Amino acid sequence: MTLLSVDNLQVQYGASQALFGVGFDVAEGEVVALMGRNGMGKTTTIHAICRMVPAIGGRIVFDGHDLLALPSFRASRLGLGLVPEGRRCFAPLTVHENLMASARPGHWDFDRICTLFPRLGERRDQKAASLSGGEQQMLAIARALMTNPRLLLLDEATEGLAPVVRQEIWAAIAVLKRDSGLAIVVVDKALKELNKIADRAVIIERGQTVWAGQSADLTADLADRYLGV
Amino acid sequence: MARETYINAALTLALVLVPLWAWSTGQAYILTLCTKVAILALAGVGLNIALGLGGLVSFGHAAFFGIGGYAMGILASHAQIMDPIAEWPFLIEGTKSMPVIWLVAMLASAFAALLIGALSLRTSGVYFIMITLAFGQMLYYFTIGWPAYGGEDGLSIYVRNSFPGLNTLVPAQFLILAYVILGLALLFSARLARAPFGLALTAARQNADRVETVGITPFKLRLVAFVISGAITGLAGALFADLNRFISPTMFSWHTSGEIMIFVILGGVGRLYGPVAGAALFILLEHLLGGISDYWLIYVGALLLGVVLFARGGLIGTLAGREVAHG
Repeated sequence: MTLLSVDNLQVQYGASQALFGVGFDVAEGEVVALMGRNGMGKTTTIHAICRMVPAIGGRIVFDGHDLLALPSFRASRLGLGLVPEGRRCFAPLTVHENLMASARPGHWDFDRICTLFPRLGERRDQKAASLSGGEQQMLAIARALMTNPRLLLLDEATEGLAPVVRQEIWAAIAVLKRDSGLAIVVVDKALKELNKIADRAVIIERGQTVWAGQSADLTADLADRYLGV
Repeated sequence: MARETYINAALTLALVLVPLWAWSTGQAYILTLCTKVAILALAGVGLNIALGLGGLVSFGHAAFFGIGGYAMGILASHAQIMDPIAEWPFLIEGTKSMPVIWLVAMLASAFAALLIGALSLRTSGVYFIMITLAFGQMLYYFTIGWPAYGGEDGLSIYVRNSFPGLNTLVPAQFLILAYVILGLALLFSARLARAPFGLALTAARQNADRVETVGITPFKLRLVAFVISGAITGLAGALFADLNRFISPTMFSWHTSGEIMIFVILGGVGRLYGPVAGAALFILLEHLLGGISDYWLIYVGALLLGVVLFARGGLIGTLAGREVAHG
């Protein structure tokens, strides 16, 4: 069953149009990789879904609700959990406070978060600003999970992290896919990991969807054409 | 234990020991000064919820302070002359009962904060400052032209209001009342800061857009904080009016808003005991420097400048370091 449907999405920043027609679907429990080179519109697409930037055309339907008619906080309350690019944890708050500030009732609570990310349990009373990049990324994912979403949007989840920390994050995403039944849209540059974890892939080029299909069908030729530098 | 906790404990101890010394040596004036510190600190605790937790630079908190004061003045003056406030559509009589006056003062201030906040919180930055200032000044000029309650001259209340089981005219007993209320307000403020509401408010202060993406509306959060803040400051206004047994439009003036903000900045924005330290320092300076020069506020201005430039955490922040700063 389709959980999120993005159709012909168009977004403009001032006089400059960033998206010209992005479209893809995400089913319940499915992991979709949103791919493309830098500046092609992946983050803008994520921001438009979360209603952080206004769309000038197209449709975004989440669980039967027209997201374009809703403000950002209402979209989140429907079950969208955003892990933003650059983490953006609430620096003056501790790990526990960051999580409590966004907590909504449901499956995910602090104890379950600590099972997924034991390091956050160890850093419970440490200010977010004093965490390492990897720990901040874990906190950002945990903060989104604490809203008990149905769809998790991970924007550049492993960007700028050490290889060993990246593996921890990918392992956690794999656990989420396997155990929680959460639908996930993930934006990242790590093709190998994305292919392993994603059921389907969507490629965005110059603000348009140019390819969508099973991850297994993403050939080296396609990757070279749309994702190579 | 964090250094700030020790500083707060030392401050609490000083607030207890100074009046005990004054009481044992029969210095009623010092007791009254301590009461004034507690009441002004209470007003600062109110502002600190909006400013420290929510980042709302309100320059119109005198509006709530004045509303609290006038709630006391109106109720007490009508009780004094045994003339009802209104007879239609139903009879509203004055009262000398402090708990009733406090309740009315808090409700009236909260309602005003709801109206002012609902309009002003749609703006931010300098516009928010100017709108809150404008509301305070509107009420200031309104009370100047309100002859029924003294107009520009203000209104005296001859007998202090009553509290069950206490003789509020005895300085020590009124001081205890003010201390208990301040203590409860500090406790409430500390709990609020650690509750999900306070945490979300702090998060919204840092990044409102990000807070929206976790399903929280910054506007509603800030409005609730502004209403709570206004109610506490209104209660302080009622107590201040009772302390002086006098109300006047000055309670609404921008000077009063500025003074409340000075308490918070001097003590430490976002610090639990910041308003207490700030109010105590301000009153101490007023008492000490006021005896030397009529222009003592110049020195306070220089001190404030020093704090803003070199000690952003205020008195508490400078002593405690950055370890538990909220602000």
